[in-house]
Parts: sequence; C-alpha cells; structure tokens
Amino acid sequence: MTKSPGIINSIKPRIREIRLSLYLLGRNRLTRLSLGVVILLVLTALVAPFIVPYPEHIEAETNPVDKLLPPSGKYFFGTDELGRDIFSRVIYGTRISLQTALIAVGLALLIGIPLGAIAGATGGMVDEVIMRITDIFLSFPPLLLAIAIAAFLGPSLENAMLAIAVSWWPWYTRLIRGQAVSIRERQFVKAAKAIGTPPARIIFGHIVPNCIAPVIVQASMDIGGVILTIASLSFLGLGAQPPTPEWGLMVSTSRNYFLNAWWYSIFPGLAIFVTVLVFNLLGDGLREILDPKTRKI
Amino acid sequence: MRSFIVKRVLLGILVLFGVILITFILTRVIPSNPAAQWVGQRATAEQIEAAKIELGLDKPLYVQLGRYLADLAKGDLGRSLRSHQPVSAELRAYLPATIELVLVSTIVAVIIGIPLGVASAKRKDHMVDHVSRFFSVGAVSLPTFWVGMFLQLIFYRWLELLPLGGQLSMSIKLTHEIPHITGFLMFDSLITGNFVVFKDALAHIILPGITVALYPIGLVARMTRSALLEILDEDYIRAARSYGLPERMVLWSYALKNSLGPTATVVALSIGYTLVNTFLVEAIFSWPGIGSYISSAVISLDYPAIMGVTIFSACAYVVLNLIADVIIALDPRVRV
Amino acid sequence: MGEYFKIKDLRVGFKTFEGHKNVLDIDTMVLNKGETFGIVGESGAGKTVLALTILRLLSSPPAVIESGSILFNGEDLLQKPESEMRKIRGRHISMIFQDPMSTLNPVFTVGEQIIRVFRNNKRISRKEAEKEALGMIEMVKLPDAKNIMGKYPHELSGGQRQRIVIAIALSCGAEFLIADEPTRNLDVTIQAGILKLIAELQRELGVTVLFIANNLGLVSAICKRVAILNAGRIVETGSVREVLKDPRHPYTLTLLNAIPRNKGERVNRVNTTIKEERDRDLRGCRYYSRCVEKREVCRDSEPVPGLILGTHWVACHRAFEGGEPGGGQHTEG
Repeated sequence: MTKSPGIINSIKPRIREIRLSLYLLGRNRLTRLSLGVVILLVLTALVAPFIVPYPEHIEAETNPVDKLLPPSGKYFFGTDELGRDIFSRVIYGTRISLQTALIAVGLALLIGIPLGAIAGATGGMVDEVIMRITDIFLSFPPLLLAIAIAAFLGPSLENAMLAIAVSWWPWYTRLIRGQAVSIRERQFVKAAKAIGTPPARIIFGHIVPNCIAPVIVQASMDIGGVILTIASLSFLGLGAQPPTPEWGLMVSTSRNYFLNAWWYSIFPGLAIFVTVLVFNLLGDGLREILDPKTRKI
Repeated sequence: MRSFIVKRVLLGILVLFGVILITFILTRVIPSNPAAQWVGQRATAEQIEAAKIELGLDKPLYVQLGRYLADLAKGDLGRSLRSHQPVSAELRAYLPATIELVLVSTIVAVIIGIPLGVASAKRKDHMVDHVSRFFSVGAVSLPTFWVGMFLQLIFYRWLELLPLGGQLSMSIKLTHEIPHITGFLMFDSLITGNFVVFKDALAHIILPGITVALYPIGLVARMTRSALLEILDEDYIRAARSYGLPERMVLWSYALKNSLGPTATVVALSIGYTLVNTFLVEAIFSWPGIGSYISSAVISLDYPAIMGVTIFSACAYVVLNLIADVIIALDPRVRV
Repeated sequence: MGEYFKIKDLRVGFKTFEGHKNVLDIDTMVLNKGETFGIVGESGAGKTVLALTILRLLSSPPAVIESGSILFNGEDLLQKPESEMRKIRGRHISMIFQDPMSTLNPVFTVGEQIIRVFRNNKRISRKEAEKEALGMIEMVKLPDAKNIMGKYPHELSGGQRQRIVIAIALSCGAEFLIADEPTRNLDVTIQAGILKLIAELQRELGVTVLFIANNLGLVSAICKRVAILNAGRIVETGSVREVLKDPRHPYTLTLLNAIPRNKGERVNRVNTTIKEERDRDLRGCRYYSRCVEKREVCRDSEPVPGLILGTHWVACHRAFEGGEPGGGQHTEG
C-alpha cells in the first residue's frame, strides 16, 4: 500500500512530538527508573528457566525433607510446604505473569480495536449500538465481571485470560472510536472513499493504522492492572491451578502456613507488588508525558 | 440541566438492563450446566432432563429471559445450589458486614486521600509530590489479599496487638448480648451504648479496613492531584493570589472546592472497586460479608450465588455512579 | 523626584525542551505615582508576562526571570521572598485580569469573593466586609448591588463580570493597579463604560494604573504616556500625544493604521501571518521580517533606543537615518 499524503504531512510535527516526549521522559526520574525495572523484568521472564537455581522445583517435584525452611544461602526465599525453592518459583512466576498479561491484553485488543474502528468509521446506528454495549460492559466494577466470567468458564489460567479479555476490551473500543471519528474526516480517507475502496479496506487499511498508536500506549499501561487481576483471580482459585508457580496462587496456598512461615507469602506477594508497581509507575509517567495538558511548555 | 439528568437516568436504566442481560447470557450460554448442578454430581440423564423442565431451561431463551426478569423484579435471585436457600435472603444476611467495611474504608480513604493529593499538587515535582505519588501509585498496585495477610502477620502474629479475623471475639460473643437493630454491628452497639462490643468490633475492623482502604486512598489521592493541578493553572487561582489571599485559602478553599466534582465521582467509583476488593479481603479476615459468601460460592461453583452477588454489586456500582453524576449536575454553579 | 515604579534591564525567558526563548527584554520603564501608563502590543508581545512578572505570579517552570530589577517604592520586587511578596500582592499591587469569566471563581458567589478579599486585606468583621462589598459594587456602577452579591459568576453578563473583577481588584485597597486588557472580550459600548469607570476610579482614588491593551485607540483615551511593545521589547515610548502625532517606529504606524477613525474607513490589519518567532532568534530587530522598511543593518544589529524629542524615544535604525541625535550610532551586538 502506498503511503497516504496524510501520513507524510504529519511526520514533521511527529518528530517534534517524539523529541518533546524524550525530553519529558529524561526529566522524570521515577519514570526512567520504572522503565529500567520493566526491562529487567522482561529479561528475567525470557531467561527464567535457565537462571533459576532449582528448575525442577518449578512444577510438581517435591522435596519433603526441606519443607517450610526459612530463607538461607541455599534457598534465598525459603521453601514451601512441599520443600520447593520459593526463589526459583517466584522468578519463574515472572514469565507466567507477563505472558498471561500480554495474551489477555492482546485478546482484548483483538476484540476492542475492530469494534471501535467500525463504530467510529461507520457512525450512525452501528456506532450507537456498539457504544451502548461498551457502556454496559464498562459499568461493571473492573474485577467483578472477570470473576463472574472466570467462575462460569471454569477455573483455569486460559479461562482467566479470556475472562480478563472480555472485561477489558471496552476500554480500547472507546479509545479507538474517538480516534477513528476524527480520522474519518481526514482527506486521505475521503480520497480512498472517492476511488471506491471497499469499507473494510478503508477501516483496516487506512483508519486503524492511523489511530492505533495511543491504543497501544494505553494497552502497555494496562499491563500492571492485568497482572494484578490475574493474581487476584488465581488467589480466588479461578486462575492458575497447582502446581503452576503463579504468584497469586502461591500467596493463596500459603494461607495455611504463613503465620509460621512468613517467607512463604511475603516473597510471591512482593513480586506481584513490585511488578504491578513499576508497570503502573511507568504508565503514570507516560500518561503525564503524553497528556496534552502537561505537554504545553 | 434537567434534560441531562433525565438522559443520565435513562442511560442508567438501559445500563442496568444490559448488566442483567449479560449476567443472563453468562448463566445460559456459557457451557455450564445448571440443571446438572441442581441435581448433583451423580444424577442420571432423566433426572437432569426433569431438572431442566423444573428450572424452565427447556423453554425458548426469550421465555427464560422473561422469567428471569420477572423473578428479579420480585427480588428473587434463585436458590443457592449449596444450601438450597434463596440467594436474596443469604445476601441480605451477609450484606451489613460488607457495607460496614466498605463505609469505614471509604471514609478513611477520603480523610487520607484528599490531603495527600493536595500536598502532592501543591508541591508538584518536589519531594512531597514524589513520595505521595509513589504512595498513591503503590496503593493501587498492592495485591489487597497479600496486604491483609501481611498485616495479620505483623499485628496479630508478631506484635499480638489486633485480632486475626472475624467481626467479634468469640468470648465477647458468648458473654455479651449482641445488639441487632439495623444489622450494622458497630452502629447498633454504639446506639445501644454497648461499648464493650463496640470496642471489640472496632479492633476487628482495623486491619480489614486498612487493607480495603489502600486502593481507594491511592485512587482519591491521584484524582485530587490531577484535578487540582488543572485548577491551579486557572486564571481565577492566579487572580486570587494577585489579590493577596493567603495560600492556605487559595489552595484549600478556592482550588479544592472546584475539584470536588471529579473527586466525588472518583469516590463513587471507588466504592464500587472497594466492594469487589472486599471479595478478596473478607476471605482472609473471615469477615462475614458477601465477599466471603462469593469466595466460598466460587470454590463450590454455586452459580446462583455468584450471579446474585454479581448482579447486586454491578447494580450498586451503576446506581452510585448515577447518583454522583446527578449530584454534580444538580449543582447550579458547575458548567456541564 | 523619586521614582515610584521602575523596571530596569528586565529579561524573562521561557525554558522549553527546544532551548531558551526570550519573551521579555525591557531596558527601562518608569511609572510616576498617580499616573496611568499604557502598554500596547498585539497578543504574544509579552504584555501579560510583564504583568505577571511584576506580581511574581508567572509559573516557573517554564518561565525564568533571568536578570533585572523591578523597583517599587524603592524596593526590588524580584529580590523579595515569596512571603513578603504575598503582602505586596493585593495590599499594594493588584491586577484586573483580561478574561472576567475565567478570573472569577465559579463556585463562589461574587459577594463572597469580594468579602474574602476585604476581610483578608483589612482584617475586619464579616458584617463590615459585607457593607464594604456592597459599597464597592455600587462604586463600579452596578445597579441592585444586594442582588448581585448573591449571584454566581455564570449568572452575570460579560460587562457585569468585568465590573466585578474591577471591584475585587480595588477591594484590596491597592495603590498600584495593573489592568490587563480589561475590555478585551466586551462589546464596544460596554468597553467605553469600563474605560470611563477606570478613569474615574483612578482620579477618585489616586491609584497608579498600568493599562495594558492591544489597541492604541484605547490607550490614547485613558493614558498620558504609552509604551509600544513588540516581541518583548519596547520599540517606542513617549507621551501619548508625541507618539500619536509623530510615530517613528514602523510597528507603531501599523498599529495606528489599525484604529478605525471614521465610519466606513478601511482598516489596515496588522500583519500577523509572518511568524515573529524567527525574529526572536535574530541578533537584530525583532520586527525585521514584518517590517516594510527594513534595511540590511536591521537584521544584524539590535536598534538602541534613541531620543526623538522631549520624552519620545524610539528603537529603530530607520528613525535616525538622517543622522539625528540619539542612538543613530550603534555598536555591533
């Protein structure tokens, strides 16, 4: 597909925008720090199986001799009720959490983007119907719908991802619709229409590529919230099932032991907290950087 | 203004209907089998068929929807698969404890969250702002269930200051008459002058209350900060300063009063979040509310119970948001 | 005669990610006690920045006050700590902002807003403050003051709001008043009323007024002396009569031609299409790219203000081409 003039014309201000963003990013220490930790987490997730001291403890392998040992040089985070190394399981949990969060957000985008683009590009009745449905989904408290859907689908990590996707897509639909409405009126879309490009080509070839950037940014900001939701579902027994080393599930199983083995619940919970925190800090910083109100300088 | 409220209420009703429709679809379309659940695990095919007819599942979907709506209108949420008791009656029994918890944490959230947000906005990009922003982002990043356990570990196990869980100590329950007027334990014990019970109830609500409040504290602080930052940039703030008004008045009166609209909305919103967060917290603290109820329903896959809690919470959320919007719109000084 | 108010070598810039941008560069500006001094320039010339700099209300970042002094009653406002500045604001210097709608706080009644200012600056009881506020509303010639007191800003008309804004600014009891385009968004008839009001109040109360406008016509109606501001620099200054009779700077001429004199007369519009952004980066005159009479020298060297006659100064190379006295001989910047 040839580049439309709309894209070419908007390159110059975009470069200025990017420079401004980098400048603002450079000024914000907290955001920079969280970006660093996020990168570190992603790397950890990628190499997790190769760096953990006890790879065999990731799944069901038990080691009853060493059960519920406090942290030591041998087991950094102690061991659980089956004698498994909590450090290895927490490190590996990074991989599970990031992976599931990515898939869940990806699924939500897969539903949200086409619906939003169609609503925004078509307008009229179609728009009205799609947006009212979106409103209804948005009027559930965030975690509630995921709990209900996961409960009905049956407890498993896959279903938890699906449940999160189903309760998350409306945010993206709403966002992309707003973008699509403004792009609909641009010259290159009108030109494409004038030469008889079929509506589907216009929506997915012209409108979606031009309004996807803010949605992707928003989606990356949502990763933290999604990780927390997955952990919460797992804690309720609606997500990962044993022996998966999922953080929420680990905290959940630790409930029977933690009063006498604090390390069992502290470390997986801390892992959730730190991961969600850095993603949220990064998201918060990005929001501030990209917010037109704070941008005016 | 009036037309805005009418529109908003109509939309609210539409949304409520949509919420009910979604829950209906969840119960009927998703491959769960209520009939099989109803008769138990070892039922024969005939029994399941009979149960289907008994539950009206053999009728076309729109007839089922009609019945579902008619039942809901009567406040009938079906019967629990575990206890075979009406879900609505069970909800009513569990609800006061949850409302008490939600109210206490919301009050705490407002009392702590607003000053935190103001402090942050006042000294934007200074140390105070960084700390308060870090704290408020941290508060919404914490896994509540874990915080609850952490607090239990510290205040119950290590410091032995506060009780582990429940709403009252067993000894108090046995030796004192527990007042029962409104169902709200702290309120009832206070108005009957039963201070021993009140004190015990207070000690029990501290840990779960803090746990549940963390999230809304973060939410309220963030909202107050961003609303204030926007307002502090307004001409009337600059003007107020040019008149020599003290900074205290500019910030806490001129600016804050203008930011109450968005803050009220976020408080209403956060009550909804808080309600769902109690689902995770109540189980840890053995708090006898709908959170504990839904947690155990989830484990035993008691669908009518899950549905009942879902519908109730979603409706509460919709109504709260509606109220917040209408209150803001009713204020004649606010430009809608 | 001691100088009542004097700006000296004031430089204000905005720090942005693309570097530093100078927005105000004033060598000298003097106001005498009790006079009304006009500043004219189009939007973006730095008029509001000047007003906010005097009150030290410019938000920083991005604004940076680089150098200079603002002497008020012999004291440098730029050296004062914030706590002392707070005592100066309102009680000594106060300001009428340009947009009355956004200047009034939407969630308080106008009466309440006046009362608060009174109580703060005079330390009087609420009852007394109410009485004073009523008097103040009557003073700015608003009928039915009692009724107006209880109204919210959005319930008033534009002209009423501007009168309230003036009333609040006066309630502070300040001796020095900055009026930043107080008639900007008003109808012509209401404009005249507001101007008359400011002139009367100035006479009655004996306050000093720094009157900012984008229009020479307004200033000539109310001020004795005027300074023309372009891109942060004063390009011409003098008594209103001197400047109007013998405008020397091309920019002043353009501004003059923009005033409608007779009905039906075609008005020359000030050419604002050329970005003066570029001019700020030049070493030379900041009017360069828009000037119709530019010379080679204008691009490379900054014109130094030179005396024309009496109190009339102008900063333009062209004005002294005949070898007249003053700043014709300049040094390379």
